[in-house]
Amino acid sequence: MPFTNERRTPEQLAEIATEIRRDIIRSLVEAKSGHSGGPLGSADIFAVLYMGGVMNHDPAHPHMPGRDRFILSAGHMCPVLYATLANAGFFPKSELLTLRKFGSRLQGHPGRDMMLPGIESSTGSLGQGLSIAVGMALSDKLLDHNGARVYSLTGDGELEEGSIWEAVMAAAHYKLDNFCMIVDNNDCQIDGRVTDVMNIYPLKEKFESFNFHVIMVDGHNHGALLAAFDEFKTVTGKPTCIIAKTYMGHGVSFMEDRYEWHGKPPSPEQAEEALKELAE
Amino acid sequence: MAYEQYGAKATRFGFGEGLVELGEHDERIVVLGGDITGSVMTNLFKDRFPDRFFSMGIAEQNATTVAAGLALSGKIPFFASYGAFCALRNADQLRISVCYNEANVKIGGGHSGISVGPDGATHQVLEDMAFLRALPHMTLVVPCDYLEAKKATIAIGRMEGPAYIRFGREPVPSFTREDTPFRLGKAETFREGNDVAIIATGCMVWESLVAAEELAKEGIQARVVNVHTIKPIDTEAIAAAARECGAIVTAEEHQIMGGMGSAVAQVVVKNTPVPMEFVGVTDTFGGSGNPNELMKAFGLTSNDIYNSVKKVLARRAGEWNQVQAMTEVGFEGQHPAGYPKPGTVFPIEELIENDRKAAENAVA
Ligand SMILES: Cc1ncc(C[n+]2csc(CCOP(=O)(O)OP(=O)(O)O)c2C)c(N)n1
Repeated sequence: MPFTNERRTPEQLAEIATEIRRDIIRSLVEAKSGHSGGPLGSADIFAVLYMGGVMNHDPAHPHMPGRDRFILSAGHMCPVLYATLANAGFFPKSELLTLRKFGSRLQGHPGRDMMLPGIESSTGSLGQGLSIAVGMALSDKLLDHNGARVYSLTGDGELEEGSIWEAVMAAAHYKLDNFCMIVDNNDCQIDGRVTDVMNIYPLKEKFESFNFHVIMVDGHNHGALLAAFDEFKTVTGKPTCIIAKTYMGHGVSFMEDRYEWHGKPPSPEQAEEALKELAE
Repeated sequence: MAYEQYGAKATRFGFGEGLVELGEHDERIVVLGGDITGSVMTNLFKDRFPDRFFSMGIAEQNATTVAAGLALSGKIPFFASYGAFCALRNADQLRISVCYNEANVKIGGGHSGISVGPDGATHQVLEDMAFLRALPHMTLVVPCDYLEAKKATIAIGRMEGPAYIRFGREPVPSFTREDTPFRLGKAETFREGNDVAIIATGCMVWESLVAAEELAKEGIQARVVNVHTIKPIDTEAIAAAARECGAIVTAEEHQIMGGMGSAVAQVVVKNTPVPMEFVGVTDTFGGSGNPNELMKAFGLTSNDIYNSVKKVLARRAGEWNQVQAMTEVGFEGQHPAGYPKPGTVFPIEELIENDRKAAENAVA
């Protein structure tokens, strides 16, 4: 049975996040390629967004007009989005095992051409999803006046793309208070620590100086995440950026905070180990 | 067969090793990283010459333009990433800051083509050559195997002006030798024949040699020409192939629109118009899957080359009925027959079973 989308206790959301993590592991080990670290580290954010009553969505009507939309700007993190959508009832969970396979709707990076319910845009070229989300928020707020909100998650390494800052500037310029970006701030990217590859800090001050409302939050604390999204909904005249401090691979001890796990799947033995840890 | 396979290795290793070789002999060689230095093998250079390596983060537009600045300061910068992001994401930077400046910038486009596999369409760059060959001053090289990739990397490092080398992630057959001739801008005939010419680039050169052997069994002697330099293209070799063979099939792991085949066609129609067929991706995006099953589904195997040769010969002979009986590859912008239609809900067990079989075949 899929999880309904409603206001939930942090404990309930923690359980859902663990189920999402288990599904990430299950789909990745079957796929034999793909990204483990970012998806595991952001599972708590996704559980809160989709099943904690934050977003206005309807899995039975994925194209419902006036729905809130989510754009995964960090397209490589799609295993967590797929696991979340399946757990929310957008498509059968069994389909998660087709991840990255020939002909699957669960493409290695989200492909809108495959028409998987819940996928609003193709992404995978870093730094573009955020602009798409800004365009959607602009349409909702200034043209359709439908009260819908748009959410988008970026990696922290992804913030190195210059186009991110073009999107941020535009969102603030048009005072898109229906726009909420979430930074998965795990300080890891492919080549190493974000601070070593290309320093992006200070982040809070950067976004504030771009006229964003900034919320710093522990990305693994479900209560705090709920409160952050609540706060976003009260802000007027500015877009919001939630900087979620996370650990890559969170929930699986041997992956935790290790950038080496950015882009590889667990071996069958490692998956077994991971699922054991996630059972408790 | 004059050319025999003696192993298999990805062309990206040739690029990485070629860079180190260049660095040993020339202090002006510097390398810029785009946060995937391990996959595109620039880490070999980074480990050897840490002072001449600069991490630029995930910022391809900036890296390309910074490279132009370095070049205008007398350095020879190489920047490498996924071809999807260092040929097209930075297109305007390549056009103005690099090419219009005639800056001595070298770009390494890795993980090119559909064979990058499970990452899917976003990462399978199939349009890069169309853009790059339209840029004034650009040199565009697509090596056919590991060793040629190494030679090509060294060659572009030693020439003056903007250059792009396109290479792949997956192992491909090794068949050229140290003494196989390689000169930028000069196509090499890898197999003699006058019945038809197969003009290929990149990993499709080997597929063409395999197809030619099949055709030889039927008494058709195909000339196989390796066009490793797409720009400047070897007009003479192509015109000769048209004149002497009278029919041409081109083969590339790229869109047939605007790629190597288009470049060849341009030469052919201007010199000796002859019937041509094009093996490549037909106006569609790729998709996830194992490299081998994708190459098959998207029509990029020796078998597809063989069929195209049969077709072009039938056309030359005026056997139109026979031509029409053969499936026409159109410009429909749709996934090929072997790839499920988008939006289909798939029989999951079947997908998993197919995948298992494909994996078994890959091992075998
Ligand atoms: C434009 C572009 N450049 C490069 C890549 C290759 N790439 C995929 S993920 C990634 C690192 C992303 O780091 P981050 O945003 O921190 O995500 P995390 O490592 O936390 O998953 C890179 C460089 C890409 N997908 N798109």
